[in-house]
Amino acid sequence: MTSRQRPRVGDAPVTRALILGFAIAASALLIGGPLAVIFAEAFKPGVAAYLANLGQPDTLHAIGLTVATALLAVPINTAFGIAAAWSIAKFEFPGKSLLTALIELPFSVSPIVAGVAYLFVYGAQGWFGPWLQEHGIKVMFAYPAIVLASLFVTAPFVAREILPLMQAQGSQEEEAALTLGASGFRTLWSVTLPNVRWALLYGVMLTNARVMGEFGAVSVVSGNIRGVTNTLPLQIELLYQDYNSAGAFAAATVLAGIALLTIAAKIVVEKMDPDAARG
Amino acid sequence: MRPFFFGPTLLALGVAFASPAHAAEPNTILNVSYDVGRELFAAIDKQFSEDRKAKTGEEVTVNQSHAGTSKQARAILEGLEADVVTFNQELDVQILADKGQLVAQDWKSKFPNNASPFYSLPAFVVRAGNPKGVKNWDDLVRDDVKVVFPNPKTSGNARYTYLAAYAFALKTNNGDEAKADAFVKKLLANVPVFDTGGRGSTTTFVERGIGDVLVTFEAETAAVKKEYGADKVDVVVPPVSLLAEFPVAVVDKVVDRRGSRALATDYLNYLYSPKGQEIIASFNNRVADEAIMEANKDRFPAVELLTVDKVFGGWKKANEVHFASGGKLDQVFVGR
Repeated sequence: MTSRQRPRVGDAPVTRALILGFAIAASALLIGGPLAVIFAEAFKPGVAAYLANLGQPDTLHAIGLTVATALLAVPINTAFGIAAAWSIAKFEFPGKSLLTALIELPFSVSPIVAGVAYLFVYGAQGWFGPWLQEHGIKVMFAYPAIVLASLFVTAPFVAREILPLMQAQGSQEEEAALTLGASGFRTLWSVTLPNVRWALLYGVMLTNARVMGEFGAVSVVSGNIRGVTNTLPLQIELLYQDYNSAGAFAAATVLAGIALLTIAAKIVVEKMDPDAARG
Repeated sequence: MRPFFFGPTLLALGVAFASPAHAAEPNTILNVSYDVGRELFAAIDKQFSEDRKAKTGEEVTVNQSHAGTSKQARAILEGLEADVVTFNQELDVQILADKGQLVAQDWKSKFPNNASPFYSLPAFVVRAGNPKGVKNWDDLVRDDVKVVFPNPKTSGNARYTYLAAYAFALKTNNGDEAKADAFVKKLLANVPVFDTGGRGSTTTFVERGIGDVLVTFEAETAAVKKEYGADKVDVVVPPVSLLAEFPVAVVDKVVDRRGSRALATDYLNYLYSPKGQEIIASFNNRVADEAIMEANKDRFPAVELLTVDKVFGGWKKANEVHFASGGKLDQVFVGR
């Protein structure tokens, strides 16, 4: 854009200062402040007390359960995201726009709806509930339910990150690889995925952050059993309502830390590959 | 092109970790309970396990789940494997019997005192020194008094408050229902914020500094005073209030499937034992054990307790008349 065009909003110095000031003040008040409070409150009783709070058996169990959930949910949704983005970007098939819309659905559905829907499918009064109960299989109010709810909520993240990139890159490189005699799988592995690897990495980080942080859907299907089915976000709420603010904030620093790492990862990704930033 | 490396590693880790996190140990039972009973049952469970170990050498664990009791009952109906329930009102236990046949219809006769090992009553928390001079229920409808309690639609705690106020108004107006309706309408008009649960209202009152009076269970009023300090708040127990029972039940269908009936029954009986009653009273719940009540009488001032059975003809009827859709609560809420 050249300077001869009509001025943008904010080209006048006063307006620009106002807009910039508003943006900075709003981010400080709405995001920076609360984030600082989490760490300040967590460390207020001292580092030893902070570590003791984190080391509470129930909190440790919640961290372990949250990690175990991510270890299963993240790879599944990574595979799903790659498969979905690959199909949509590289092929024509009937129902393609339907699939595209379906992947986006979890973004627009409240997580509590997901939780309740799973209850109606797998709960004791749901479709498969009685059969599962007869065969002694526990899905609801146990680890599988937490993973299922997390899968639903985070299904779009990987596909959303890599799909625009795959579409922009088109199919020429794959076609060239195939012409040169590479197998289909080899082409996916050595051409397609490396081309989107930074966007993919960021999608995986986002999925992970959301799996670990999901509250609403998990709250419905977990049963809230202290030290058994409480994930980290549920444990934070529990500690807070127990009047144990220090414990709640200590646990919250773990989630906040994951969020900060995710942001750091995004910055690194954008440095490594400016294309990924568009995703 | 660099090979693609991190996917397979993550996948392998995920498969290795796919073992279930919850294993149903025969020495473990699950107590599904009401929201603000956390500290109480944490103390009881610990003592129960210790006493059990001393007596039989057996290691047992009681797991706890706490939330609003309607949410809990719903979860149990959907398959949450509760061996016992310890709730703060009987409607949600009755639902387990009616809708899921999970609990025997005669659950109230399986343990003493209507299957309620302890009881409490709605009482008041006021600002330090009680500047508005709040003493009784009729002070809550004064124009210069703002009252905080949760939404009676979502909170058992608030249903007790609503019914206590209604019962008080009936009593002081010789049973005139129109006057009682007007009384609770005025009371609801004095509430600036309705939270969904008891703890939410406590936060509204103490941390946000809203209102002159917080109405909640006597047990919770003492916890609030202990947590926030006598320099901030005082507790006022009105001379008349409503008996709030805390019913317990063994979830028959679950214990029969898991083979945990003996342990579950022992656990609920423990709540009635002298040791159990002592712990319960130390959390400011009133108990039937007279010796313990006598020893703690400075904490439990004398109150005339009305009952839901006598004033409202039982919970089922109270629910139909007041809390069901289109009931009295809806009418006075709309008129608010």
